[in-house]
Amino acid sequence: MARKVTTQRKVIMTAIAWALGILIFFPILWTFLTSFKSEADAIASPPQFLFFHWTTENYSEVQSRSNYLSHFMNSVVISFGSTLIGLIIAIPAAWAMAFAPTKRTKDVLMWMLSTKMMPPVGALIPIYLMFRNSGLLDTRTGLVIVLTLINLPIIVWMLYTYFKEIPGEILEAARMDGASLVKEIVYVLTPMAVPGIASTLLLNIILAWNEAFWTLNLTASKAAPLTAFIASYSSPEGLFYAKLSAASTMAIAPILILGWFSQKQLVRGLTFGAVK
Amino acid sequence: MGSITLQKVSKVFGEAKVIPSIDLDIRDGEFVVFVGPSGCGKSTLLRLIAGLEDVSGGKIVIDGKDATEKAPSERGLAMVFQSYALYPHMSVRNNIAFPLKMAGMDKAEIDRKVDDAARVLNLGDYLDRKPRQLSGGQRQRVAIGRAIVRQPSAFLFDEPLSNLDAALRVNMRIEISELHQQLKTTMVYVTHDQVEAMTMADKIVVLNRGNIEQVGSPLELYRSPRNLFVAGFIGSPKMNFIKGQNAAQMNAHTIGIRPEHVLLSTESGDWKGRVMVAEHLGSDTFLHVDVEGIGMVTARSNGDFASKAGDTVYLTPDKTRIHKFNESGLAI
Repeated sequence: MARKVTTQRKVIMTAIAWALGILIFFPILWTFLTSFKSEADAIASPPQFLFFHWTTENYSEVQSRSNYLSHFMNSVVISFGSTLIGLIIAIPAAWAMAFAPTKRTKDVLMWMLSTKMMPPVGALIPIYLMFRNSGLLDTRTGLVIVLTLINLPIIVWMLYTYFKEIPGEILEAARMDGASLVKEIVYVLTPMAVPGIASTLLLNIILAWNEAFWTLNLTASKAAPLTAFIASYSSPEGLFYAKLSAASTMAIAPILILGWFSQKQLVRGLTFGAVK
Repeated sequence: MGSITLQKVSKVFGEAKVIPSIDLDIRDGEFVVFVGPSGCGKSTLLRLIAGLEDVSGGKIVIDGKDATEKAPSERGLAMVFQSYALYPHMSVRNNIAFPLKMAGMDKAEIDRKVDDAARVLNLGDYLDRKPRQLSGGQRQRVAIGRAIVRQPSAFLFDEPLSNLDAALRVNMRIEISELHQQLKTTMVYVTHDQVEAMTMADKIVVLNRGNIEQVGSPLELYRSPRNLFVAGFIGSPKMNFIKGQNAAQMNAHTIGIRPEHVLLSTESGDWKGRVMVAEHLGSDTFLHVDVEGIGMVTARSNGDFASKAGDTVYLTPDKTRIHKFNESGLAI
């Protein structure tokens, strides 16, 4: 029985959807607006929405007080680096589990996922000590390693669900058609797996870019990515809302732009398996 | 050339002996159908021939050469899958061209062969489409096109028609038979549908629990089934089996009579019974009759035989067409 969709119902649903959308988007918008206010306007009561004295002073201040570019580069190296290494490790693993599963495959997958169930702070002290002893504290290498490891279960899971959807018969057909293993991978597997790999890559770059717990705890200055850059503006000597907002805007802008341009892939990645 | 010989081929999955031991000869140019209920090992047997599964024991000889250890790509066989297994990211043209590309053929030659195949299969207008833009029947044709372009020594079909609707299935059945007559290439065809087996095969291999029950031409199997299983599996509707006194009178443990070999009458006959269900197909009428002292018997008559549930009818089996079986189910 088809549900009757009345105009009234449509209007209400649209209004709710917009309200939710605005609710979710509002903090980002507010951060963005605040970043153009003076510190006084930023804490003004009642808050000023659009009619304040617009200034880019915060941005120049933030840029002069800390080296944005160096944090930015750290973020790029850490998020791209950890994602790429994660993919290199995860692709064969997910592949093996999807196409040659054994009795234990499900257990292995669950075990991997279970590592994400423990709060990271539980592993902080041992990892901190290991990092200190091996000289990895405040290094990009150290952060790449730790982010690769914490995101690996998610990468394996995502790829596994993608690979699971590639029908085995198509690979067998390629084999029957005379394709060697290499040709099978190049002409058949890769084109079918690339969309899945791409959305896994994007999602993990975003996860790694926004990761704050490990990046804050294992860095001081040299390897500190943008998360640490934002955090440095909420300091004990007083909050600078406008500058904090400017820093936040600068930190999330690159990933927001990346996300915007790869929306299609991302949505497919996030809803994958939900709808057949 | 396309002869295939199986020598004591066996397949074990873990604990399960799917195929205990099979010997079979498939001659060049034959259309061989493996038929049997689901789980009888027919698809596994085909995949062993294809090389998609490794044998657990025995030898597979293709064209006189031992192919047991060869990779699927080296066996010179082409396969059509139940799911069609087309490459979703390639156009129809590239799907059909794929095996030729893999063989390293030059572009002009590939184009010519693809166009030839497309013409044979009426796919000319669809060459630039992607598989998802095609109907089930068209997809099946593309899969067949991909198999024929490379001129394999034999075709392997794994239940290729099961995903098609009934009308299309009949058409494709005829098309595949015609293709076989044109190409005269060995075809090995797996199906659970005994009608497909009967209509298409030169030789039917009836499988049950991984064993060959009987090998023969369709009419051989129909006329002289070797045992109860074959007798019951070949023919539609199923053969009637009668045990007890009626069988003992004929010195058999079980006797079998096909529905089409039972004469129906409303007046007189050997057995009297009551019609439980009458199926009027137009051309034929099948009556499921509860016969006194015997049980349910199916009988066929022409479409004009007017009878409905509850009517009393008389059945007379054609004595010359009765199959007799002993205690172990073998034909006497």
